[in-house]
Amino acid sequence: MTHALEQCGSGANFIFDSCQAIGHTMLKLFTSVGRLSVFIFHAVVSCFLPPYFGRLMVRQFIDIGYYSLPVIGMTTLFTGMVLALQSYTGFSRFNAESAIASVVVLSMTRELAPVLAGLMVAGRVGAAIAAEIGTMRVTEQIDALTTLSVSPFKYLIAPRVIAGTLMLPLLVLIGDAIGIFGGYVIAIHDLGFSAGSYLTQTWDMLETEDVMSGVYKAAAFGFIVSIMGCYHGFNSGRGAQGVGAATTYAVVSSSILILISNYLMTQIFFS
Amino acid sequence: MTDLKIQLKAVEKAFGKNHVLNGVDLDVPKGASTVIIGGSGSGKSVMLKCILGLIHPDRGSILVDGREVTHLGAKDRDETLRKFGMLFQSAALFDSLPVWENVAFGLIQGRRMDRKDAYKTAVEKLEAVGLNEDVGRRFPAELSGGMQKRVGLARAIAANPEIIFFDEPTTGLDPIMADVINDLIVKTVKDIGATALSITHDMASVRKIADYVAMIYKGKIVWSGPIDKLDNSGNEYVDQFINGRADGPITDEAVKEALGKTA
Repeated sequence: MTHALEQCGSGANFIFDSCQAIGHTMLKLFTSVGRLSVFIFHAVVSCFLPPYFGRLMVRQFIDIGYYSLPVIGMTTLFTGMVLALQSYTGFSRFNAESAIASVVVLSMTRELAPVLAGLMVAGRVGAAIAAEIGTMRVTEQIDALTTLSVSPFKYLIAPRVIAGTLMLPLLVLIGDAIGIFGGYVIAIHDLGFSAGSYLTQTWDMLETEDVMSGVYKAAAFGFIVSIMGCYHGFNSGRGAQGVGAATTYAVVSSSILILISNYLMTQIFFS
Repeated sequence: MTDLKIQLKAVEKAFGKNHVLNGVDLDVPKGASTVIIGGSGSGKSVMLKCILGLIHPDRGSILVDGREVTHLGAKDRDETLRKFGMLFQSAALFDSLPVWENVAFGLIQGRRMDRKDAYKTAVEKLEAVGLNEDVGRRFPAELSGGMQKRVGLARAIAANPEIIFFDEPTTGLDPIMADVINDLIVKTVKDIGATALSITHDMASVRKIADYVAMIYKGKIVWSGPIDKLDNSGNEYVDQFINGRADGPITDEAVKEALGKTA
């Protein structure tokens, strides 16, 4: 009898503990989502309200746009080349080699250039933003901004979010061109295509809406990367460990959000 | 009755289960230098940040010039912050900007002053803290800790604020440089006629810069009075703290508990 009661009690405890753990996790999740939503709201409002810090904005355009060009260029170039090689391996079995140009164009403009550029920028820029703002948080520079009557949202967050959102589409347009060029180089030099026919096929397959879908995606990814970098840096914990964790969270969360939002936008644009 | 610049009434602040401020009552007289003493983790910095609006208190009232500042909107908060200057413990200089721009930062970005005029003001303020124009062209990373504190002080007084906060102004400095900073604090505060509120656990600094002293322990003000009463306060917490004794009501356990609150 006692044994049965003990068993019943431990079973109830297990259920209670499990519910408590789930409850805690859910509360944490809702708190994080709520905090992030408030942060995004303030950040977006700050982008539209004066004062504007022109010098800082230009610096961010250069940091995020210009200095990301080599990374994006290398990534898209080799992706375009690999895409051509792999497509040839697959399509040659069905005598469908002529479809290589269309595969390269569609894949690069619709998916690969925006997603890869987003992920590369998340690694390069998102991490840098989180580390810089996190260090400013730890060394009280953000508090100093406030005491000097300068809004940290307008001074730190808005320029980065605006630059991220506007520069990634430009980078993706350049990435599209470089990726397609990569496919062209492989098709001409390794796969024996004639330059004229490959270019004609490429041009025929190049649709404005495909390019624009990539550009819209890139704008969304740029926003995600910059806002997540700013959010995690702004809420960074103490010391080097806190800044390190903020940097990791910024890269991981923006990468995951890029992949999820890419799926959702693909559904919206092409379903 | 002395004219009060800042008044705290029953201010409470908790981070989760950690109650950092447990009903702080404090009067800061106008035009005088008040120093808050207390051990690490006793709530000194949190109290200062509550007054500045960097942290919102859970309960209680904070008055600046008789005006409640705990629930101000962005515009009113901005207006109130213009009365303040602050020297941070780590100086908190912006490492991407040259020294002169750090000093003039609030004038250029916060008050939209012309850069040429702001540069002139920055050089004047740097000279007031014993630094020349050449230092103004350097970057914070090129300066020693003492020079960084001086630059922080120049930035704090750049807009001639009515109130200046000093957060551990001598921490991390050698005794001679600490005394230089103390002298500069006394001089600059007197020159611009500001009200000063400092937090420190450096007793040499307290004796040099304070007109009034208050001691905070476990998030409460346990004693306050003029500096000349400090040595005869009759308060066991104050006696133990100013004499740096291990024995007394401030126990190792209590210190550990207090440190745990802000960790």
